[in-house]
Amino acid sequence: MTTETAIASQRRVIPVAGLDLHLREGGDGPPIVILHRSTGTLGWDTLEKKLAERFRVISPDLPGFGESERPDWAREPRDIALLVARMLERLELTDITLVGLGFGGFVAAELATANEERLKSLVLVGAAGIKPREGEIVDQMLIEHGIYVRQGLNDEADYEARFGSELHADIKDIWEFSRIMTARVSWSPYMFSRRLAPLLSEVKAPSLVVWGENDRIIPRDSGQQYVEGLSDARLEVVSGAGHIVEWDAPEQLAELIAAQAAG
Amino acid sequence: MLIGRFTERPYQDPESGYFGATGRAIQDLSISNAEYDPRLGADLYNRYLDEQVAAEEAGFDAVMLNEHHSTPFCMGGTVNTEAAILARITDKVKIVLNGNVLPIWDDPLWLAEELATIDMISRGRLVTGWVRGTGRESIAHNAPPPFNWERFQEAHDFIIKAWTDDGPFRWEGEHYDYRYVNPWMKPYQTPHPQIMIPGVVSKNTVKWAAEHRYPYLMLSTRLEPTKLSFDYYREVAKENGYEAGPQHIGYLFKVHVEETEELAYEVGKKFLDGPGNIFLEGSRGTASPVLQNLPGLTDRKNLLPTGQVGFVAASRGRDVSDVAPAEAEAKDGAVPKPAGAPAMQADYDTQLENLTIIAGTPDSVIPKIRHVLETLRPGTIFFWDGDGAMTHEDSMRSLKLMGSDVLPAVRDIAAELDLPSSFEVNTMTNEPMPQLEEAGAAGGD
Repeated sequence: MTTETAIASQRRVIPVAGLDLHLREGGDGPPIVILHRSTGTLGWDTLEKKLAERFRVISPDLPGFGESERPDWAREPRDIALLVARMLERLELTDITLVGLGFGGFVAAELATANEERLKSLVLVGAAGIKPREGEIVDQMLIEHGIYVRQGLNDEADYEARFGSELHADIKDIWEFSRIMTARVSWSPYMFSRRLAPLLSEVKAPSLVVWGENDRIIPRDSGQQYVEGLSDARLEVVSGAGHIVEWDAPEQLAELIAAQAAG
Repeated sequence: MLIGRFTERPYQDPESGYFGATGRAIQDLSISNAEYDPRLGADLYNRYLDEQVAAEEAGFDAVMLNEHHSTPFCMGGTVNTEAAILARITDKVKIVLNGNVLPIWDDPLWLAEELATIDMISRGRLVTGWVRGTGRESIAHNAPPPFNWERFQEAHDFIIKAWTDDGPFRWEGEHYDYRYVNPWMKPYQTPHPQIMIPGVVSKNTVKWAAEHRYPYLMLSTRLEPTKLSFDYYREVAKENGYEAGPQHIGYLFKVHVEETEELAYEVGKKFLDGPGNIFLEGSRGTASPVLQNLPGLTDRKNLLPTGQVGFVAASRGRDVSDVAPAEAEAKDGAVPKPAGAPAMQADYDTQLENLTIIAGTPDSVIPKIRHVLETLRPGTIFFWDGDGAMTHEDSMRSLKLMGSDVLPAVRDIAAELDLPSSFEVNTMTNEPMPQLEEAGAAGGD
């Protein structure tokens, strides 16, 4: 699954709006902030480790996920984005490369449309947030967790390699718990906002939209619309990857992000 | 005692495998309505309304309707429409709704209006019941499951206020906002129709019902866990400074009566046949593990004893004794397989034994009902009949015998055991209620 890392990570707690928000960080260099998926984060993984060799990598538990306190009042990803923006301000970070994975990409895009002063660039990986013109975003609410994650992989056989034949109860807990917060902010409409696309053209930061070649969760057209909407964006399709690019092709994704952060 | 009759009004299609089938799986939200025939629906709605009228004629005090969505096991998607018709075509029976799924209403004022209308048309015979619904209901009407319990409570508070406070007023809650609440209708009963709360799973709901002194109705659960749940109600009642009595307790159970034991045994088997409720023991269908476990819908650490066993067993086609509480969560990705015909037979016999199903002649059925009443001491009971694959003729034969033999005997037993209903003893004060013939005198709190 993961190997021992040379670059250790440590946890920090940042209070925002009366909530203790937790993050994990490691490495030195220009800051890269990674926003996790709707399934939460399973820790300091290959992508983070790779990037931490050259960057300061910050991976928050989004509010209401992991160990970060739940904002009971939050009703949409934009609310999450506002809290994350305040957290970045509290950290006094500038020239951030903001990376959003799936649902985290939705949050990242919302954050960028609200205020991009602290951003150097934006990387959206299989990002939710935009209703595809054709096809539908797979609705996790109707699917058992393991099946949903399997569908996110390029090769479903990799699921067992990663999680074994019997899913560990702790991981199942994380997925179940994460889905509660996802439902609180994205039950309806599911995984997009009609109020996001009209603002994308205001985002001037150079943006990279990454899509797994075999993404079976979010139609690539959503990525295409990001590229068309953002003022400076290009699409990069990763072959041999499904929706969860950071599991299917972590090194390649790390390279793409690093190049974007350096650019 | 209040004695009512209940059926889920299954969509029985003789042309399809659902009717009388034993092999075809009915999984939650897995059947396309491409197979729905509105002509058949017309026949069935009319049949079930006729049977409710026949129940009144047989001497039942109440007829009960329930609400589910997007499923063949219950045709009560717009239960208030059925109730409104019954309000007009019946004369005496209480019309019990158990119940409207509160959290799926985005506009609970509309519900308050409908219920008040039914109460007026029936001249005060509505008993309203409110539920949180299953995952199916949240999915079918797209209500966010994490806010299910909050929406239930707020909609309840709002409807009570809309019924009892003079308008216009403004409502600005967590989930509902109104700038002008002033419905041009009021419930016939003062201050409002009695409220009954049904349930099987959530401990929160029992606690909440006991705190509000609303009668709590357990839905066809096994006797022992049901007793434990009622004990919990009584415990909460004590904490809230009152003694819960039979008036606070209701129980729904399956009873079918025939002239001979042989016929009763055969027809009783139909409870488990056809499109029965997949959440209940012995059902031929299977509940979806995903829908049982929608994010934030139910706090799984907060289930009643019945929730830990009965409903999970039903979802997996297994006997309850096989199911440990730790198994209460469906296995990762596992879709339970429907039990085959032999298992059904065994299941049926077990249920006859543990009184989850009571089928027989009046002579054999009455002592069993007595046992249920002695064990649980409910003031309100509902006989669940005419369900599954039972035909209209099956229902009518049973109704006739209930009227002539069973109801009179059960009334005597209830009097002997001193089991007053919530219409004889006020659940809010525990004081006897005036027994007036005119409607309008027997409202809730």
